[in-house]
Amino acid sequence: MNAVELTVNGREVHLQLDPRTSLLDALREHLHLTGTKKGCDHGQCGACTVIVEGRRINSCLTLAVMHDGDHVTTIEGIGTPEKLHPIQQAFITHDGYQCGYCTPGQICSAVAMLDEIAAGVPSHVTQDLDEVEFSDAELRERMSGNICRCAAYPNIIAAIRDAAGKGKA
Amino acid sequence: MKFDTPATANPIDRGRVVGIAHDRIEGAAKVTGTAPYAYERHDAAPNAAYGWIVGSAIGKGRIAAMDLRAAEAAPGVLGIVTHQNAGPLGKGDMNTAHLLGGPAIEHYDQAVALVIADTLENARDAARLLRIDYAPEQGRFDLAAERDKAAVPRAGFGGSADTSAGDFDSAFAQAAVKIDQSYTTPDQSHAMMEPHATIAAWNGDRLTLWTSNQMVAWGVSDMAKTLKIPKEKIRLVTPYVGGGFGGKLFLRADALLAALGARAVGRPVKVALARPQIPNNTTHRSATIQRIRIGADKDGVIDAIAHEVWSGDLPGGSPETAAQQTRLLYRGDHRRTAHRLATLDLPEANAMRAPGEAVGMLALEVAMDELAEACGVDPVELRIRNDVQYDPEAGPQRPFSSRKFVECLRQGAARFGWDKRQPEPGRRREGRWLLGMGMAAAFRNNLVVASGARVGVDAKGHVTVETDMTDIGTGSYTIIGQTAAEMLGVPLEAVTVRLGDSRFPVSSGSGGQFGGNSSTAGVYAACVALRAKLAEKAGFPADEVTFDDGLLRMGNQSQALGALAGPDGLWAEDKIEFGDLTKRYAQATFGAHFCEVAVDMDTAEVRIRRMGGAFAAGRILNPKSARSQVIGAMTMGAGAALMEELHVDTRFGFFVNHDMAEYLVPVHADIPDQDVLFVEELDDKSSPMKAKGVGELGICGAGAAVANAIYNATGIRLRDYPLTIDKLIAQAEGSALA
Repeated sequence: MNAVELTVNGREVHLQLDPRTSLLDALREHLHLTGTKKGCDHGQCGACTVIVEGRRINSCLTLAVMHDGDHVTTIEGIGTPEKLHPIQQAFITHDGYQCGYCTPGQICSAVAMLDEIAAGVPSHVTQDLDEVEFSDAELRERMSGNICRCAAYPNIIAAIRDAAGKGKA
Repeated sequence: MKFDTPATANPIDRGRVVGIAHDRIEGAAKVTGTAPYAYERHDAAPNAAYGWIVGSAIGKGRIAAMDLRAAEAAPGVLGIVTHQNAGPLGKGDMNTAHLLGGPAIEHYDQAVALVIADTLENARDAARLLRIDYAPEQGRFDLAAERDKAAVPRAGFGGSADTSAGDFDSAFAQAAVKIDQSYTTPDQSHAMMEPHATIAAWNGDRLTLWTSNQMVAWGVSDMAKTLKIPKEKIRLVTPYVGGGFGGKLFLRADALLAALGARAVGRPVKVALARPQIPNNTTHRSATIQRIRIGADKDGVIDAIAHEVWSGDLPGGSPETAAQQTRLLYRGDHRRTAHRLATLDLPEANAMRAPGEAVGMLALEVAMDELAEACGVDPVELRIRNDVQYDPEAGPQRPFSSRKFVECLRQGAARFGWDKRQPEPGRRREGRWLLGMGMAAAFRNNLVVASGARVGVDAKGHVTVETDMTDIGTGSYTIIGQTAAEMLGVPLEAVTVRLGDSRFPVSSGSGGQFGGNSSTAGVYAACVALRAKLAEKAGFPADEVTFDDGLLRMGNQSQALGALAGPDGLWAEDKIEFGDLTKRYAQATFGAHFCEVAVDMDTAEVRIRRMGGAFAAGRILNPKSARSQVIGAMTMGAGAALMEELHVDTRFGFFVNHDMAEYLVPVHADIPDQDVLFVEELDDKSSPMKAKGVGELGICGAGAAVANAIYNATGIRLRDYPLTIDKLIAQAEGSALA
């Protein structure tokens, strides 16, 4: 067992963890933060996306012990039913989900992704590396690590646009 | 309530809540991660141990020996369940293969053991220490090779295996224009986002399952049958289902092994399938081989049509009924359909979204595109010419309950800009991209299933609905809430909907696109019963009252529902049962798909530019979630056209690409603009809701529209799905791609 200290959604937590425990299982099974989902456990689907030190990662692909001292934001830290984050409200308004299982990952991914565009981080579809434009093509490319088998894709893009204050395409 | 005569005017027609676009009432729970899925019930089973399933390493044969000693001695291991210690087990009515294999092995990755430990990590590592010796046997794993030995399957959900009318052979021989082509579709995987998962807990001889299942009553009865215990001893809870698409219709290994494991170690056990186990351990949609023959006059009017389908399944399994739509979609006096089922030792084939039509339409609607070209008739016009307002196998005495196919074709074409299509293939170019447009019909049968509910109102006038109906992303919570709100004259916010618990009345469940219409009709029936009780309490005749603004009114008198319900509240329960209206009338949903693609001239990469469609599915209960159902299904159809395929290892009998990295499904970047138009329709013969199913219609034909668009772009006609780059390049010579 290893001692691990994390700051999760602003709260400091101290855990004794098996070194084999993934960050995802630490959240779900030890901290009971079950909003972060396990879809594939192999970094293939994006359902487990959380924000670590400001960047989105697949929490299934990393061991909890590697994050000693890190700040982690999960869907529970984005907003609550009583106090929704604008992007959560936009997902409701635009029906950006169906079964809901990929949804927390989509939302965490979207929050960090918008920061990436704002910071000028380029993607595969970026035309001008000096100025990353805010476009549907950029959003689709950057969100493609988050699979939605119900396929609410156009609605998710509409929700992200709405929350980012960019209106319709 | 028996529904055996067409619906007349009823409170649903007011359309104050039903038919209006609503946000999902469970939306806040889903977007904040607070909706509890099966594996997450720390609240219900705080002391759960972890189970890890071990699957068979062979496709067919026997377990010769099992050595559990190393695994049993591993850290944290609490117990191991195998066929040797599980006790006598039955098999559920809906299962083809046994959920716990051994000593006989029926398919690859069939569960053969559950290792239970104090932590997930310990269970997973100990599972690798099992030593199992197998005696493999030669299995049958290749549909094409077994095709000639395929037999006539028994009649099932899709009706009888074979149908015919007129004299197909003579009529086809004499036809001016003939199409005779074969098509193939591969094995496909549901690939829902939430893996099958269950927490099981015993309290004495009572079993509770927190699980992820589309059909609560089937799950309970098949668990009872498998464990050989009374079904009254079992409670199944599944309020949130992280996708199903048919993959969670049945009791599966996660639930059975969690129950056996919890019994073995004397504490709750939680089990989730690992993602790479899902395609081989659970069910999939069978591959098909299809032959379609169409004989028409020179104007494209069909006189003869035949559709033959071969699929495969384990012994005792069922066919992929891919000729279903061909029985009802187009005219023609001389017709034949046939299904043949080969015995295969691959994992169990079973229902996946729109079983039958989803892959049948991939073939039929390409054949229709070929006929349109052969006759020189526009593909939309060809389908209009072949419209038929009655069941063409039965004749005019069996009309459609409602059929707005032509309206869908016309309105969909206008909205998409179909008139801008260049009929000759390979003529539109934009830089290195070849552009093409394609279209296809949409067709899916309308099934109805008995469904019950109970509805109560409390002293504050708040309404609660309870039914074992499930919401698998389909929007059941909201349409059920809308139905109760409309019937009782309260706002949607004044309704609480409780779903997915076997303590509630048995519903239709979710499958075959029957759930939305059937379950809301059951809620309608319960509300009619509650309205009568409330009217009786008020002393008003039940047929003279109206329900508005939380009040029961008669003339200028009114009473508040809450006051009538009193401190104990007032409840009523009923179910909808369907008579023979589905026999007297053909009932189906219709639509038209349109697609524009771009194909890279050099690499043959296909990119979908836009998809659009018009659909008629009776009353659309919640246009917001119905649209989502349709675009999601269109996307699954695009996946079927372009990428989805389980690759069979025909030597060892398993699906090789059994995870989400290698079984490709559409992602954000694959799906740009999608447009959906609902054509106005009320179907009074379908249910009191006058609605029909809509959850599967969108997949039926969507992939064929993509295929036809690729043909229009390139001039290459592919008939073996998925339509991948290698197949396009193999036929590039002489095409616009060259």
